Amino acid sequence: MSFLPFAVAAWLFLAGLYGIVSSRNLIRTILSLTIVQSATYLVLLGVGYADHAQAPIFADIPQTAKAVDPVVQVLVLTDIVIEATVTALLLAMAVQAHKRFGSLDPSDLRALRD
Amino acid sequence: MNRTTRLALFGIAVAGFGFVLVDGLAGLPDFGNYHGVYGQVITGIGVTERHATDLVTALNFDIRGFDTLGEEFILFGSVLGVVLILRELRGESEHPNRHEADEHTFAGASEALRALGLMIVPALVAIGVYIVVHGQITPGGGFQGGVILAAGPFAVFLAGRYLRMKLIAPHMLVELGDAAGAAGYALIGLGGLVFVGVFFKNFLPFGIPGHLLSAGQMDLASAAVGLEVSGAFLVAFSEFLDQAVLVKDGSG
Repeated sequence: MSFLPFAVAAWLFLAGLYGIVSSRNLIRTILSLTIVQSATYLVLLGVGYADHAQAPIFADIPQTAKAVDPVVQVLVLTDIVIEATVTALLLAMAVQAHKRFGSLDPSDLRALRD
Repeated sequence: MNRTTRLALFGIAVAGFGFVLVDGLAGLPDFGNYHGVYGQVITGIGVTERHATDLVTALNFDIRGFDTLGEEFILFGSVLGVVLILRELRGESEHPNRHEADEHTFAGASEALRALGLMIVPALVAIGVYIVVHGQITPGGGFQGGVILAAGPFAVFLAGRYLRMKLIAPHMLVELGDAAGAAGYALIGLGGLVFVGVFFKNFLPFGIPGHLLSAGQMDLASAAVGLEVSGAFLVAFSEFLDQAVLVKDGSG
């Protein structure tokens, strides 16, 4: 089952995309986007994983111990920060869209249609 | 475009995309069968040359320190964006209905919830500071600790005291923390340029691996990022909460 983490990542990505396209509520659209992003965490961590390896924290394991790739873990950290910032910005826009149009349904956003 | 057309178009597009995605993922090395060179080099030299036992932090604040500068300013810029988007619009005014906002408006918020909410504030702050300063030894660092620190004042809001939260974390102060942290991190990079001639090259003594004051600039960088992240999150929190609690529509 060595492909399972990647299969889950692909599933999360596509399920999130479906959520974005089919959503009738902007909050749900934004949550779907975070699901898409969580697929990228799985891919990154999956790429860096080595069998029988430990976390790259050498505080209590010998320096020669086999460890998983710390580089992808840093990239995931960056990824999470980006997700938080993008989500905050989108939610702020959703708040203003609700004020302007009185609805969170994307099809009610008239300004986007004209 | 109506909903059915949109979903049909999506179906066609996603079938093609899914094929490429699965094909791409299938080309990756098997899970657990890792042979990345860069990661192995870092694992080999992290403790001996950087004197940090948490290599994720070593990468974040030293080896990839320059990238983190960009990451940090993304956070700074996006919080600025949130403030800008959620500014007071025409026809709106902030009416702090003091009684309503100060006393909680959650149905079912009990005295016990309030007491607990206030009790966890010092614990959250202590854990946040611990995570920030021990980043180079054990998992943690500025980003993780900063979020926990921001949760401290937020717990005051959960205790149903929004305006009190503004009292202990006023806009001015959290914005200052956000800006000072961002600037502080950039200054650490400049310190490298001034003292050893390379931007973001470590210019502080490395110390003994595993000790609190070790791994050179990482502790300082972690503290700067922690300050920035907690400030940024609190600015964003209070902007959103202002919308919910204080802003009244001019027409309403």
